[in-house]
Amino acid sequence: MSLLELKDVFKIYGELHALDSINMKVEKGEWLSIMGPSGSGKSTLMNIIGCMDKPTKGEVLLDGVDIAKQSSKNLTAIRRDKIGLIFQQFHLVNYLTAVENVMLAQYYHSMPDEKEAMEALERVGLADRAKHLPSQLSGGEQQRVCVARALINYPEIILADEPTGNLDEANEEIVVDLFHKLHNEGTTLIVVTHDPEVAEVAQRKIVLRSGKISKEVVNKNFTGKIHFE
Amino acid sequence: MKKRRMYFRMITASLIRRRSRMLVALLSIAIGATILSGLVTIYYDVPRQMGAQFRNYGANMIFTAVDGSFTQDDINSGLSYIKKDDIVGVAPYRYENVRIREKSILAAGTDMEGAKAASPYWSIDGEWPSKDSEILIGANAAEQYELRIGDDVTVSYTPENAQVSGDNGEDIVEDETIDFKVVGILDTGGNEEDYVYMSMSDLEKLTNSETKIDVAELSISASSDQLKKYSQEISNQVSSINARLIKRVTASETTVLTKLQALVLLVTVVVLALTMICVATTMTAVVTERRKEIGLRKAIGASDKSIIWEFMGESMLLGCVGGILGSVLGFVFAQQVSIHVFSSSISFRPLLVPITILVSVAVTGISSLMPIKSATDVDPALVLKGE
Ligand SMILES: Nc1ncnc2c1ncn2[C@@H]1O[C@H](COP(=O)(O)OP(=O)(O)OP(=O)(O)O)[C@@H](O)[C@H]1O
Ligand SMILES: [Mg+2]
Repeated sequence: MSLLELKDVFKIYGELHALDSINMKVEKGEWLSIMGPSGSGKSTLMNIIGCMDKPTKGEVLLDGVDIAKQSSKNLTAIRRDKIGLIFQQFHLVNYLTAVENVMLAQYYHSMPDEKEAMEALERVGLADRAKHLPSQLSGGEQQRVCVARALINYPEIILADEPTGNLDEANEEIVVDLFHKLHNEGTTLIVVTHDPEVAEVAQRKIVLRSGKISKEVVNKNFTGKIHFE
Repeated sequence: MKKRRMYFRMITASLIRRRSRMLVALLSIAIGATILSGLVTIYYDVPRQMGAQFRNYGANMIFTAVDGSFTQDDINSGLSYIKKDDIVGVAPYRYENVRIREKSILAAGTDMEGAKAASPYWSIDGEWPSKDSEILIGANAAEQYELRIGDDVTVSYTPENAQVSGDNGEDIVEDETIDFKVVGILDTGGNEEDYVYMSMSDLEKLTNSETKIDVAELSISASSDQLKKYSQEISNQVSSINARLIKRVTASETTVLTKLQALVLLVTVVVLALTMICVATTMTAVVTERRKEIGLRKAIGASDKSIIWEFMGESMLLGCVGGILGSVLGFVFAQQVSIHVFSSSISFRPLLVPITILVSVAVTGISSLMPIKSATDVDPALVLKGE
């Protein structure tokens, strides 16, 4: 059984088919990237997989459970237990320090553990920035805090929507390297990106167009390393 | 336990690191709490304050004799039924007809200190008599006899058992006389201006008789119910005394007090309502301002319950800090009001501190309920959509 399976999924806003009959499977440990022009439905798809939104039609099986049929309370629990989220706008709580932001995810999940949170920050190379507020961190550093927060509860899937959208090349590489590490540890990764270089690193690439999957490419020479032109 | 620690770490961080934002909310709570605790202090202090004020208008209880006259001992046993702190002044009076320059005038023997305390509104030109042979003369009488401060005056008295002797068959009455010095002229706007006032012992010397008291005027600081109780008890227990209330004074005291307390209560309710509206508005603004943060918290797994508790915790902590500030400032406020309006200070009521904090926390919590409830409506998908 696949970790994630979408069967004939629609998301319809009035006349607009933001998602139009999506069928896809994601295996455990896979690294998938999703591309597509603006408005093609990438974020809509991520919201549904991330249990933050429900499809208008269709089945979304996560670990065999159809999340389209769950109550919003159950969705919160699934999101908390199985999913790590990374956003383009490096969303951090602005009055909590880096380490507190990581601990926040632990707090909602189970138990806050400062030591473990520090270790996560160490993994993203920010141990010395732990006591800084988001406003005192650079964009790249903030995004790394988000990565640390996403991985702290050992989620089954990490969903990243434009994780490198606001980063320069150096920081982009750091984040992709972190993904590579996570991938090596067996974490399933779904990364939405506009950036072909980031998309190419993944094992497989799906391209959306007007809510439909228009192309699917498997990366035959997958290394997990980013190559800049 | 560790979870609770993180909870407090979060809500205190939110208040401390976002302090410029929370200042408005804190200010409104603190001002509300200040006015509330101040008004409550005043509310409970007003009877005491006003009571003291009212005592300026003179006696509100009077002892009269059941049978002719009574003694100082009777007064003392009457006073033993009144709480010591409530007694503002006691003035015994004995009235006798005396003569000055062969014209008759009413002389009152009294205890000057007692009269001063029981009738604070008496205005004296000159001084109160402080020793024997000093006399206080009513303004009318002074005019009539053309007496001024510092004048010497002889007061004479014809005893009932006066010896009538006459060599030539004339009646010669042997008067008692005492030479007095006028030290003060009394201005009251009442009958008192027609009398002369001397010490009890002078009057006894003059009349050559035992102590006897015709009436005692008392100024007592107590509610009208309490006064009624006092007067009944004294009338019942002390057989020689009839204790009565001076109704005109006690009744007006009670109406003024009731109206004043009603006013304070009304203001309290209005301030409470205003504070709640202010807190609710501020919390609504806070929730709106933090929609993205709420969405983020939900996206990383916060349940509606934890969102509610976090915001509730923040607003209650705010209420607590506001309550502490308010109970301190409220006392200062009440003290200032008391000093400027009643020219007397109030005592600190320690119990009011926890009550103010509790009420402040409760009021903040209740007024934040609706805004916080709306926080749970935030859609976590908001976060992925960006701005
Ligand atoms: N809540 C909504 N109500 C109505 N239409 C919506 C809503 N959310 C998204 N859409 C529409 O659905 C379509 C897909 O939006 P989506 O955010 O998934 O695009 P995207 O691929 O993420 O684009 P971008 O690359 O710009 O982030 C868009 O046309 C958008 O206007
Ligand atoms: Mg998008």
